[in-house]
Amino acid sequence: MNITQRCNLLIEDLSVARGERVVFGGVSLRMGSGEIAEVTGPNGVGKSTFLRAIAGFLPLGSGRMSWVESEAMDSAPLAERLHYVGHLDGLKSALTARENLEIGLGILGRGRLTPLEALDRMELAHVLDLPVGYLSAGQRRRVALARLLIADRPLWLLDEPLTALDQHARALLKVIVADHLGSGGLMLAATHEPLGLPETIQVRLGAM
Amino acid sequence: MSRILLVIFLRDLMLARRIGGGGVLGLVFFLSLVTIVPFAIGPDLHLLSRIGPAILWIAALLASLLGLDRLFQADHEDGSLDQVLLSPAPLELIVLVKCVAHWFVTGLPLVVLSPLFGLMLDLDGPALRAVAATLLVGTPALTFLGAIGAALTVTLRRGGLLLSILVVPLTVPVLIFGVSSAQSGTVPFLTPFLVLSALGLASIALAPIAAAAALRGAGE
Repeated sequence: MNITQRCNLLIEDLSVARGERVVFGGVSLRMGSGEIAEVTGPNGVGKSTFLRAIAGFLPLGSGRMSWVESEAMDSAPLAERLHYVGHLDGLKSALTARENLEIGLGILGRGRLTPLEALDRMELAHVLDLPVGYLSAGQRRRVALARLLIADRPLWLLDEPLTALDQHARALLKVIVADHLGSGGLMLAATHEPLGLPETIQVRLGAM
Repeated sequence: MSRILLVIFLRDLMLARRIGGGGVLGLVFFLSLVTIVPFAIGPDLHLLSRIGPAILWIAALLASLLGLDRLFQADHEDGSLDQVLLSPAPLELIVLVKCVAHWFVTGLPLVVLSPLFGLMLDLDGPALRAVAATLLVGTPALTFLGAIGAALTVTLRRGGLLLSILVVPLTVPVLIFGVSSAQSGTVPFLTPFLVLSALGLASIALAPIAAAAALRGAGE
């Protein structure tokens, strides 16, 4: 783990509108290195939209977001400092797990673990040269999560990361997340089931 | 940054090879159009060789429309478009690289095989060369103009039809100058060929900007 510098994410009074409809409004959040936040709320309240807005996929309705890294050599935009794993896993079914992860590294940059090491952390090294299309839903998700370890980015945005994962894989994910936080990373997860990590910041949407 | 673009270029070529479809489908469609026209027109070789360049150009235009709807849609559906948006490379350049890869798979085979198909329409040597040269310069313009339509229809499940309606009017100038420079005799080769080259270069320069803007809007 190479993230040594302190990072801070500050979100002030964020709201996102799709067309005329305001999906959510007035969300504020402040988090720093080593902190994890869970975004909770009923279905359709805008948890995924919240994460996609932070990732920069959606224009912000109002509010401010800032990302500060101490000792930052270059002030890279937030989108280049985060990982996003959403409902769609971003994997190509026709390519093998290794090829998918190598492409992920090529696109995201700043390599950390090799595809084999990353899959090994998800206990999936045996599927390295299988096309991802042959894998089960849970295995695909584990390959997508292995991408988090491939490229070194401090902020992880995970949308329902536990979906399709069995108990064992959930434990593996918790270990990876704990390592990431331990090395100074940040994580923001939209979830219905608590990950059960200590000192989790709760962001509750739709509780007005 | 050029590494990122190279990765995306090679990925798209690799996917085209693994999945197949796009390129070969366009080629077979091209061949079947060229084969079927002489049956409709009848055994008049003079007529056939006179309208041959136009037939080849229309066939190439329709064939290059075929695979276009998947250009960005495949990436949108499996979430890889999100990953690409997180890369440090600007989306405009990524669109450019994806179009070039798409042209390599679908446009270039049409150019290479057009002299062979031209023989079936009784074209002579200079006409075959002229058609191949105009297609070489013109098919990139078709791909890049089509990319605008592909980006606009990226979220639509059956976007192919709408894409054709959007793109075909844009390709009319390319078709006019392509055919008029390929059809030797009426006008000199060079003047329309230069206009065609200009259209190609302009679409390569401008279409990625339009397509990238459409893709960013598609997230909303």
